Formats: sequence, C-alpha cells, structure tokens
Amino acid sequence: MKLPYFPGCTLYTRARGLDHSTRAALAALGIELEELPNWTCCGTAFPLAQDSYIGMVAAARILDSAAQHNGRLVTVCSFCYHVLKRVNHSIKNNAEARRKLNDYLEQGYGGETVPVHPLEILKHDVGFEALRARARGRLKGLKVACYYGCLLVRPAAEMAFDDPENPTIMEEFAAALGVEPVHFPYKTACCGSYQVLNAYDVVASRGREILAAAAAHGAQVLITSCPLCQFNLDWLQGRGEGTVLPALPVLYFTQLLGTALELPAEGLGFESHYVDPRPLLLG
Amino acid sequence: MAEEKEMVSIYIMGKQYRVPYGVTIMKAMEYAGYRFIRGCGCRGGFCGACGTVYRKPGDFRLKVGLACQTVVEDGMHLTQIPFYPANKATYNLEELTPTLATLLRHYPEMTRCLGCNSCTRICPQELQVMDYMAAAQRGDIAKAAHMSFDCLMCGLCASRCPAEIVQYNVALLARRLYGRHVAPRAEHLARRVEEIKAGKFDAEIERLMKMDRLELQKLYDARDIEP
Repeated sequence: MKLPYFPGCTLYTRARGLDHSTRAALAALGIELEELPNWTCCGTAFPLAQDSYIGMVAAARILDSAAQHNGRLVTVCSFCYHVLKRVNHSIKNNAEARRKLNDYLEQGYGGETVPVHPLEILKHDVGFEALRARARGRLKGLKVACYYGCLLVRPAAEMAFDDPENPTIMEEFAAALGVEPVHFPYKTACCGSYQVLNAYDVVASRGREILAAAAAHGAQVLITSCPLCQFNLDWLQGRGEGTVLPALPVLYFTQLLGTALELPAEGLGFESHYVDPRPLLLG
Repeated sequence: MAEEKEMVSIYIMGKQYRVPYGVTIMKAMEYAGYRFIRGCGCRGGFCGACGTVYRKPGDFRLKVGLACQTVVEDGMHLTQIPFYPANKATYNLEELTPTLATLLRHYPEMTRCLGCNSCTRICPQELQVMDYMAAAQRGDIAKAAHMSFDCLMCGLCASRCPAEIVQYNVALLARRLYGRHVAPRAEHLARRVEEIKAGKFDAEIERLMKMDRLELQKLYDARDIEP
C-alpha cells in the first residue's frame, strides 16, 4: 500500500531518526510512504485566534495538494499532525475559514484529505494482532512509558485521536510489540514545549516531573511521537539536569517499532540521542 | 491619423504617455523621455536589473516582467523596481558548512515564512520561490540550490514578502554552499589543468600562433562542432 507522506521540516534536521524509523518500519510492514513532491512548513503552531487565516494558509495548501493524490495524508510529527488536523477541521466545519482560504489559494478544497498518524495506521491498517505476529521477542519484558504530550490528543473534539484524559493507543501498540507498557500519571502532561527557548526552567521542571513519574512506575524507556517532547526530555538529561538514574532513553515510538521488527539499528537514528538507548535496546 | 493607430497609452508611475505599439517597456520608457543610468543592464533578459510591476485595466492581479522583455499593452500602469533594499550577509565561504545552521545564522528571518506564496506569484522567472525557501528551511541545500538556479536576483520576491525575507540572497548562499561544499569536485578539470601546466598543449598553441589569418579561418570552419 502506498500513502502520501508529509514529513515536516524537523524530520529533515534534528528529528531525522523519527523520519527514517517511520519510513523503514512502515515499509517493513508493507506500507510505502511517498513524500509529497513539494511541501512547506505546516505553520508549526495552530493560530490561537479563530480568524487568523494567514496562519492556516500553508497547512491548507498542503492538505489540498494531498487531496490530488489520495484520500489520506500520513504525518508523524505531533506538531504537524496537530496543525494539519485542526486546519482541516476548520475548513470542514467553519464556512468562513473555508471561503477565505479557498479564495486566497484559488482552490476548491473542502477538507477531503484525512490526516492520519502512523499509530492509527498500525492500529487500523496493519492491525495490532498482525503486528504482534511480526514483532520479535527481543524487547520482551522491556518496561515502556508511553508519553503522548499535549498535541496528539487535545483539543479532543478536533483531534478525535483518542481519549484526551486517558489515551491508550500507544500502550496497545507497545503491548503488541511484546514490551510492557507502564502506566504513569503524566502521560498527557505538557513538556513545556517551545518554552525551552525563553523559559528553560519551566521545561526543566516539567521534564523532571515527567521523567521521575515514568521511572517511579518502573519505566526503562519513554516513547513519544513528538520531536520537541523528545528533544526536551532527552536534552535535559544530556545536560545532567534530569533527576532519574540511570538516565531514561527517550525514543520515538517508531524506533521501538523498528527495533522490534529487527531492522538495522544504523537506520533508526539512535546516534543523535543525548541518552544513548543502544546499550539497553541492543544489548 | 494612421500613425496614431500604431500608438498605445501606458501610465508610467501614474502619468500617461503615448508610445509605439509593440515595443518593450524599456524602449517605451526611453521613448517617453526616461534615460536609464541604472535599472538597465544587459537588455537581453538575463541580468535582472529591470524588474517591473504593472497592472492592466479591469484586472486586480499584479503582473511582473523584465522591462527589456515585456511588450507594452494599451492601458498598462507600470513602475520599474530596479532595486530593493535587501539584507545581505557577508561571509567567508571557505569557512562555512553546508547546513541549515549556516543558513539560519546568516538569515535568521527565513523561519518567519508563513507560506503565503507571494514570492512565487511575483517571480518573473516563474521559479517556485516558496518551495525553494521551504527546502532551505529544512536544510535541503541541494534542492534549494537547484530550484533557484535560474534566479536573476531582480528582488521582486523580497519586495512582496510579508515576512521581510530576502529569498534571493538566501538562495545565493544555498547555491554557493552547494557549489563549494556539496557538489562533487570536477576531477577532470583538475587533470586538464595539470596537463596544461605540464605543457601538453604548448606545441599546438605554438603552431596556431604562427598561422596566418586564412589558415586559421580554414581550420576554424572545419572544426568539430558538438552535436
């Protein structure tokens, strides 16, 4: 199966591991991601003002260009997924937004594209049972904290991704890989996000709480789909400012998937992590 | 009057002029009395010195063209924008690495792009300016370099950018980085330079230097021409 794919800018730079592991793991499961021929930044932050249409133009153009390829558009970065999904929701449900954006873009886009996250593909297209059959037992017993952060699940009415208070799709995914998901109370807490640029202390204190809670519940690694969550939680520990010992590797869920599928570790992007996950994962 | 039918009305900076039908904007402006000491270069559509914006009656769209290449039309309102103030970084290319960090250090404003596409809409070279800037924003230096290759640096993109980005200077840096640090070195050129230095072609040059004009011409006419 081929699906159009929007990587997002960060996946070309800091989060190459997320891009490479997503492509490789899905390819191993028979899903080929075809990158859109031309694409721009999604806008990164969904505009807080409902009528700030200029902040939606880029995402609307991306969604429209994908509509010409196929019904669905795969994106894995939590920021990109969040923005594409919410802009699409606005176009579908807000006549003013639809008219303004189409007037400007000179298109007739009505929200036909369906942004999908690889976790949804794994659940609905591959199926967690089929995934269970494919995953090797090498990670058996590994205790994994599934960290959603804010962007995947909220606002629930627009994201329609999973239960916003207690999402479970990542735990179901982890269980299918044969690892042991641990439940911890901070899985939908905010990591501090881009406050890392101007309020480092906020990110540091949020990060310490999240990591400590995961470790207290027995987690050996933490998985996420967000490049900024990954960076904040990993970098904090790389600076020696985490409180968890031993340090907790922060992985993309696709890196865990790739490892469970026994894909070559060199293609999964582990080398750029501050807390090297390889000793734990690869032994 | 027969001659009058061959004339059209254009508006240069709002003032009406009757100019001959079929001439370029540049010729028309000269006909109207303007004398170019700047904003005019090659007159052949390559140098990018004569970027011009215009509108036609009944059409809201802003149109663009090079004054030396665009033929006047009746009712055209135009002004030339031969220069646009632009942020231009200085650097020593040898010391740079071909990375996103290098682009951002010299042009941090490039991340302000909103994806409005005004740059692409105005480009007289019909380049996909927004798309090459998107490639630059994600550190894809090779793609930014290739997509911007035909840029004339006329500056019209920068004149329209609401984020105040100077696309053509970012693209110039991308092409320089690509040429110096990414593209494979031309090994055959280095070999040929060595051969020249070693005197491989000295005898041939000597022979040519001694030929008279007729001999040279005969040789020239009989040369191998690449298909």
